[in-house]
Amino acid sequence: MSPLGLSLTISTAATVLVTLVAVPLAFVLARARFVGKSAVETLLTLPLVLPPTVVGYFLVTALGARGWVGRWLREAFDYSILFRIEGAVLAAAIVSFPLLYLPAKAAFANVSRELEDLAALLGAGRVRVFWHVSLPIARRGILGGQALAFARALGEFGATVMVFGWQPGRLTMPISIYSAYEQGNVAQALPTALLMTVICFVLLGILNRAMSRRPA
Amino acid sequence: MLLGVGNRHWSASLLLLAVVVLASAASTAGEPLRVAAAISLKEVLTATVESFAAQTGVEVELVFGSSGQLLAQVRSGAPVDVFISAAAEQADALERDGLALAGSRRTIAGNRLVLIAPVEQSAQLDSFTALTEPSLRRLAIGEPATVPAGRYAAQVLDKLGLTERLEGRLIYGSNVRQVLAYVERGEVTAGIVYASDTRAASAAVRVVAMADPDWHDPIDYPALIVQTTRQAERATQFLHHLTGDEARQALSERGFTLPPRPDESTLSDARLPDAPHPQSADKRRDGTSGVGAAR
Repeated sequence: MSPLGLSLTISTAATVLVTLVAVPLAFVLARARFVGKSAVETLLTLPLVLPPTVVGYFLVTALGARGWVGRWLREAFDYSILFRIEGAVLAAAIVSFPLLYLPAKAAFANVSRELEDLAALLGAGRVRVFWHVSLPIARRGILGGQALAFARALGEFGATVMVFGWQPGRLTMPISIYSAYEQGNVAQALPTALLMTVICFVLLGILNRAMSRRPA
Repeated sequence: MLLGVGNRHWSASLLLLAVVVLASAASTAGEPLRVAAAISLKEVLTATVESFAAQTGVEVELVFGSSGQLLAQVRSGAPVDVFISAAAEQADALERDGLALAGSRRTIAGNRLVLIAPVEQSAQLDSFTALTEPSLRRLAIGEPATVPAGRYAAQVLDKLGLTERLEGRLIYGSNVRQVLAYVERGEVTAGIVYASDTRAASAAVRVVAMADPDWHDPIDYPALIVQTTRQAERATQFLHHLTGDEARQALSERGFTLPPRPDESTLSDARLPDAPHPQSADKRRDGTSGVGAAR
């Protein structure tokens, strides 16, 4: 697979994964109150500032062949996530998680409680309120977060290179740029570097336009 | 007001910084000799450099990496006095670029290539040709364009007709010690490294087989003085030390093979940096440089 194809596959999968986890969590945490909530929220947003190599380190030590989860996975299922595309997806998802979680939480916090209560009063269950009231109103923030998360996943290097490694014919775009640099062919990385710049420019452009429009 | 004080404070520290930088650039007396070396030499050079410092008072700063990485750094102007590669290819490239001090090239060591595997999962693996067994999940080798051990490994796989059958199962290490680490941690089923690397390995690694030297280019470690050095004399002294008895013994104890003893008359070639011998660079091309350009 080409670096473009591989990177798009990984970031799409990572964005889907992050959406499935971050959006429900954001919905719950925008309302819930419990002891230790701020610690949980700090933990969830930690990848925003944590060096990706630290994320990679934890993944490799936990999921590697000698890690406590990795050893069990190997013994029970003869499976290892290292060097697999799932590993790259997981690394990219963790690193891009806060970029969807934070705007989604802000968007849910802005949804008027009265509208939700009204829907509940009219007989809608909690799941139905989420699907038909909160989610549609918060969708703009969520879409913006998805664009950011996708862009971040596309550019993920540090954790990915530790978990996914350097495999012939299976280079993500950032790894192919680094590989060209290591080989002393910086010029060879130019098309990929330009392509990534353009993709990120377009993604941010879409995000800016979506954000600047007044909510309906 | 506050801003004004801050600015003055800043310009004072900038000035101080500039003075420090200029002062350190002006004097080379206290400067260490900087040696960029193939990472397979890590332990042996660390020991050799200590004895060199004890004997001569010259401090040596070591930088390790894959030979290709280091070559790229020297090419982009890294302050390196001596470059030691794990293959003729990178040394040739440095000479071709006119970045090597003419006549300074010495072969300091040789090596053998071995197939290794994690102790706990390698029962079936007993030879290079067994690498095609379906039970072999992943084989780690150095990235061939930058890691000489990977290039030799790729040559072995080609020679044995295994390359195509291993497609999709190769993992590249960015240097030979990363390949070793992958095997030590049990992340791959097998790896190809130097025989000397296994001396630095933990008990979790088993040597499966040794590659026939005919399967790959000769493994040589050429050392050369970088043309931009300001310490040519001390660099020459260091190369002399590396080809001396003590270093040879240290190399052989750590699993390296030894090149023929250097001829003392050629050693004096590099003594005078201002009187280069353009012919001596070619004289050293003794068939070990038959490696093609990077793919």
